[in-house]
Amino acid sequence: MSGPNTNYDPVEVSALDPANVDSAVQEALAAIAAAASLDDLKAVRIAHQGEKSPLALANREIGALPPSAKAEAGKRVGQARGRVGQALSARQTELEAERDERILVEERVDVTVPALRRLTGARHPIELVAQRLVDAFVGMGWEVAEGPELESEWLNFDALNLGPDHPARQMQDTFFLDPVDSGLVLRTQTSPVQIRTMLEQEPPIYIVAPGKVFRTDDLDATHTPVFHQIECLAIDKGLTMAHLRGALDAFVRIMFGEDTRTRVRANYFPFTEPSMETDFLCFACHGEETWGSAEPCRTCGGSGWIELGGSGMVNRKVLRTCGIDPDVYSGFAFGLGIERALQLRHGVQGMHEIVEGDIRFSQQFGMGA
Amino acid sequence: MRTPLSWLAEYTDLAPGARGADVAASLVSVGLEEEDLHGGDITGPLVVGRVLELEEQVQKNGKPIRYCVVDVGQNGQMLTEGKHQEIVCGATNFEVGDLVVVVLPGAVLPGGFEISARKTYGRMSNGMICAEDEIGLGHDHEGIIVLSRLLGEERAASLSPGDDAIALLGLADETVETNVTPDRGYCFSLRGLAREYWHAQGSPEGGFRDPAAVVAPDANGDGYTVELKDDSPIDGNEGCDRYVARIVRGIDPTRQTPSWMARRLTQAGMRPISLAVDVTNYVMLAVGQPLHAFDVDRLSGSVVVRRARVGEKLTTLDDVERALNVDDLLITDGGEQPLAIAGVMGGASSEVSDTTTDVLIEAAHFDPTTVARSSRRHRLVTEASKRFERGVDPKVTAAAAQLAVDLLVEHGGGTVDPGVTDVDRTTDRVAYRLDVTEPSRIVGVDYARERVVGILRDLGCSVDEQGAGTDDRHILVTPPSWRPDLVDAPDYAEEVARIDGYNNIPSITPTPTEGRGLTHAQRARRVVADALAGFGLTEVLSYPFVAEGLADQLMLPVDDDRRQAVRLANPLSEERPLLRTSILASLVDTLRRNVARGQKDVAIYELGLVFRPGGPLGTAPIPSVATRPDADTLERLYAAVPAQPRRAGILATGQTEPAGWWGPGRAADWSDMVAAVQTVASALAVPVVVANDPGHAPWHPGRCARITLLDGTLVGHAGELHPKVVAALELPARTVAAEVDVDVLIAASAEPVQAQAFSTFPPALTDVALLVASDVAAADVESALRSGAGEALESVSLFDVYEGEHVEAGRKSLAYRLTFRATDRTLTTEEVNGFRDAAVASAASATGAVQR
Repeated sequence: MSGPNTNYDPVEVSALDPANVDSAVQEALAAIAAAASLDDLKAVRIAHQGEKSPLALANREIGALPPSAKAEAGKRVGQARGRVGQALSARQTELEAERDERILVEERVDVTVPALRRLTGARHPIELVAQRLVDAFVGMGWEVAEGPELESEWLNFDALNLGPDHPARQMQDTFFLDPVDSGLVLRTQTSPVQIRTMLEQEPPIYIVAPGKVFRTDDLDATHTPVFHQIECLAIDKGLTMAHLRGALDAFVRIMFGEDTRTRVRANYFPFTEPSMETDFLCFACHGEETWGSAEPCRTCGGSGWIELGGSGMVNRKVLRTCGIDPDVYSGFAFGLGIERALQLRHGVQGMHEIVEGDIRFSQQFGMGA
Repeated sequence: MRTPLSWLAEYTDLAPGARGADVAASLVSVGLEEEDLHGGDITGPLVVGRVLELEEQVQKNGKPIRYCVVDVGQNGQMLTEGKHQEIVCGATNFEVGDLVVVVLPGAVLPGGFEISARKTYGRMSNGMICAEDEIGLGHDHEGIIVLSRLLGEERAASLSPGDDAIALLGLADETVETNVTPDRGYCFSLRGLAREYWHAQGSPEGGFRDPAAVVAPDANGDGYTVELKDDSPIDGNEGCDRYVARIVRGIDPTRQTPSWMARRLTQAGMRPISLAVDVTNYVMLAVGQPLHAFDVDRLSGSVVVRRARVGEKLTTLDDVERALNVDDLLITDGGEQPLAIAGVMGGASSEVSDTTTDVLIEAAHFDPTTVARSSRRHRLVTEASKRFERGVDPKVTAAAAQLAVDLLVEHGGGTVDPGVTDVDRTTDRVAYRLDVTEPSRIVGVDYARERVVGILRDLGCSVDEQGAGTDDRHILVTPPSWRPDLVDAPDYAEEVARIDGYNNIPSITPTPTEGRGLTHAQRARRVVADALAGFGLTEVLSYPFVAEGLADQLMLPVDDDRRQAVRLANPLSEERPLLRTSILASLVDTLRRNVARGQKDVAIYELGLVFRPGGPLGTAPIPSVATRPDADTLERLYAAVPAQPRRAGILATGQTEPAGWWGPGRAADWSDMVAAVQTVASALAVPVVVANDPGHAPWHPGRCARITLLDGTLVGHAGELHPKVVAALELPARTVAAEVDVDVLIAASAEPVQAQAFSTFPPALTDVALLVASDVAAADVESALRSGAGEALESVSLFDVYEGEHVEAGRKSLAYRLTFRATDRTLTTEEVNGFRDAAVASAASATGAVQR
């Protein structure tokens, strides 16, 4: 580098010659444009912007100029370095964008290969159907009641107006415990839960009782010795069969859709008087009578209606047994088999798959049915 | 109860053009459930045929097939080219010469089954020899119908090949089968069903003709002596409160049951036997009164009705010798020799036979409870017992006897004795004071007083609107004798609603107040179930019935609580008489079944109750149902019911993380089970402690975790099953399992979680490697670190366990990362080092740990 020299003519310092500066810029711009990668650009940056680049060297020469020449030379070199810097930065951005694009392309995978690397669990649909019904009734202000599966005979039969000689008691095929005089059975219905509730709770009572029940039936397409019921009981002042029908209507709408409705007829159950049998409009064929036709409805068998189950106004004897004054309170009860609801709602044809515990059955339903 | 339409039409007017389905629908509308429809859907030719030749060949499948030549008579031959027909038959219950029922090509059987000549078992079959179920006569498919057995030898003898079997068997007539509920015993008769059908038609004037409206003579002193001597009535009700005896003498024993009667019996599902027996059955079907026919020549003394004595025996009509119970009510000869179990079945000794000429007709009214108990005790459900236990009309007795007498006289050629016995101790029903607004109050439909009164009168009630106790709201109702079920207001309300039409009942959604939603326990159980499913386990349900040997297979110690199981008195299978005391006990079957079906990776759980009597079963009291039992009785009642804790059982085999394109999988191991239990506990925000448990069956002694609450309460066990258990239960090797006491977790999570403040200052991390003896539990080391580290410790995590060449034998290296964080400042390195050293010192003193 030259020392300060007042006689020095800047025009004669070749590095600061406008043409040379311009050429250095042009060379730099060409090199920048030619840089194909960020690494190239890095080399270009060192060559054209680094300490030993022509423009840096030129810049250093400025200091040796006489003050009168410094301003012009400084401006020229400064502009030149500015142009190179801008070009570098623009190319840097461009190349980074290209690289980013490329990485995304390079990192592409086939996301359709199996992704689940662990077993997936599932709930049993019987539980899900029960939960669904329970939730709907809880939403309407009812509460859930439960009781033991191994139950006293008195609560399972006698208190429900099924005395030891009642013909209806013989209809039930009961699992008795050994010794038989223990007075204990596997409950044949969820109704003892109703008795327990009425014995212990003051009306008004609005309960829904889901649970497991037992009968001595061998497993076949329509029977299983262990199955599930859900029963509803309401005890309040002024309840009538119209309220019972209203609750039944709500029940079938929840389970089978808004389009369905009920029809009712008399029946007999010891626990209730008057008693009622309910059918609901087939949700599959909407009540078109297809009986005897070439293709009768597979859901209802062609009658257009599906039997729901028994119900009625709680027998006054039962209320008295539970310490509830039948002249003050009335109430109703109804129930149905959850297996059947599952079969109807989800097209389950038989009983075996429900009870066998084959994981493929539960897994169809996931965590909510 | 089967009702032939033609018979029903005798007692009530059928709607014009009514078919079986219409009649069934009418009966359904008044609450009589339709069971089935029979007959009326056959088009012939269906004829009587005689088997002329038969050649039996056993097929490859071992089944014998008979190639028959059958004479189908004139009628049949006109339809079938005038010759004997070759018919292939799969049944073997007949011989050459038997008369059978043959359906010929062109006929249509019930269900639209069209018959044509077709090749079967290698030969042409020109039709088919019919079984009962094929022609809608019954459900029997044990063999084909042999007419001599169905109709009796004598009636069969009058038949010829070619006779129309549709008319013979009444198959053109439709039969409606209804289910009779226990409160409607009167509907076990044409009389009752005709009345109900008439109600369904709106009870038109004169539309019901009571078959029991016959005049029976009053009792006189000349009848057969009958004594009612029940010295131990049940619940104060005498076993027999009415006994009518009539005698018809000189019946010609060769006389046959008229074909119309035989046909009706067949249609109703009963077999014609002999005239005397058929008449009693016919009258029973007509008016609902079971009758019994005794052979007078086989009686020596008066008829005495009494309870059985200890040690007495009776051979009943079904040829079974029955040891009688002192509660059985008997019909006896002179008070000694038992003749019949009252209302259930007669004895063989006094049975009418093919030589009987003098018959004593018994029409009696027996106590429902007495009959029900005898029927149940002797496992003998008969047409008579079904009716008596539901209640027979105590006023129809004499009329029924008269109907039987008339039929025996007319068709048997007998003469009735002038003596009439009618011991009648029945009492008249007391009128019930009914509030006429009660039906509206119960049903929710506004019934006018006139409507209520009108319906009750149609039902046969007598209604007094003037007598003492009546006013503008109250009437006196006396139910008809055939309706013992009508007792109080709800009974009458049901009748009004039923006849008015149940479908007139409106639908009003009840509106409870103050629902509190699910309880904590109910919500918590869903959390547990969902957490387990979310963990990758599939929920299943298993039967709780287990085998006696299972406790040994599970290697339960002799004094283990889980050996104290409840035993069923009547298990479905003698091989599984016990109720499970753990969920795993029944879940192993489910796992095995899945594996047997080719599933390799099976991870299942079940939430359910287990039965833990904790000793011999107590006896649950059976208090009166008249009032609420007292508190003490209820306490004993509840206490007699064994404990039934709710458990979750988990079993897994195969891979918990399957192999795939990413590489090898990971087999389910003990740690998955511990993790599952921890997942459930943390889902309920319940802290738990894990410890090694070397002695808890059925787990592997070196791979079993005992999981407890912080206070030591047992939550459950998890780990790998004992290899011997795995072998004994034939489970896949290395099957892992856990069982959790859900009730404990629910109780532990009952209080609302109280939130802890957390620091927003930066954490300080430091690692320590500790050498401990190999048998020191990591959980103990961690617990010691925690207790020594001070309040600033945020977490401890074990990130490496090493045993091997860089560590001396008998020791292992545990590497922990300790995270510290203060609530009020950023910790300095010096502070953190101090905490760490304190933690290590604590571990050193508690477990002998040495920092590496």
